[in-house]
Amino acid sequence: MTGTLNLVGYGLAAIGPGLAVGMIFAAYINGVARQPEARSVLQPIAFLGFAMAEALALFGLVLAFVL
Amino acid sequence: MRALSVLSAKGDEFVPPSSVDFVLPPIFENISFITKPILLVIFSALVIGLVFAISARKAAVVPSKMQFAGELVYGFVRKDLGQEIIGHEFKRFMPYLFSLFTFILLNNFFGIIPFIQFPSFSRISFAYVLGVIAFGVFHYVGIRKQGIVKYVKDIMFMPGVPKPVYILLTPIEIATFLVVRPLTLALRLFANMFAGHLLLMIFFLGGEHLLQGAIAMKAVGVFAFGMGIALTFFEFLVQCLQAYIFTLLTALYIAGGLADEH
Repeated sequence: MTGTLNLVGYGLAAIGPGLAVGMIFAAYINGVARQPEARSVLQPIAFLGFAMAEALALFGLVLAFVL
Repeated sequence: MRALSVLSAKGDEFVPPSSVDFVLPPIFENISFITKPILLVIFSALVIGLVFAISARKAAVVPSKMQFAGELVYGFVRKDLGQEIIGHEFKRFMPYLFSLFTFILLNNFFGIIPFIQFPSFSRISFAYVLGVIAFGVFHYVGIRKQGIVKYVKDIMFMPGVPKPVYILLTPIEIATFLVVRPLTLALRLFANMFAGHLLLMIFFLGGEHLLQGAIAMKAVGVFAFGMGIALTFFEFLVQCLQAYIFTLLTALYIAGGLADEH
């Protein structure tokens, strides 16, 4: 079997951002469920956090190709 | 190119798409810098300019369909990204934010529009340019608003922090403002478009390859195509989101420069 260990490493590295994205949206859903009128305030914050966490996974993906 | 070569190599081993597939050959043989992404970027600028010029022409109280569509997009950027993030000074930045949003949005859509199907920002140089522009804008705004001394001082020594923490905080803050912010803006957009396009290529080329195999492989190939179509819709979501995020973050950075303390 041939291949590169980069991909295994990337798989492991993606666990963290995956959990983070889940937690961010869990908190967002919780917040909106408790106080529906806070949706417009929470939405940009949630997506901002999502983008930040997701970016880590994508940097990993890029590095998996570059290295 | 790769699709054709995979088709012709019938029964051969499948070559998964890689970053090489993003380097497109020049369209005219002797002019090396005119490639598909370059043309797409120019084309998108023309289309955006034309569409919004038409929709703004003969603006009336009772809007035409075009005007309504144009105002819908503009209203979204103005309210959600301008007014709510930047605050009362948002009007100065609307031309920049709006063109940024529409430009990224259309260029991302190129990834799934049939027959075009190449997101320009999956070439990192385009994303870097947008990052550098945003970098210039938010530093310029901050320096103009607060004066260079106070601006730099606030970055290096964030007010209201115990003194020993500066040993740790100052390098982080400097790196954040000079490197991390523009770099992550550009990389996030690039990586999303790159990964999305790669994902679609894998599913469609893989499906195409599987369809040429035995009967059981054909069934998997059909499934792969189905997944590819589902992922195209997912990509649509990601593309909208990335245009939104890029503009949102730029607006946030500008707002940070305008605020007295950050």
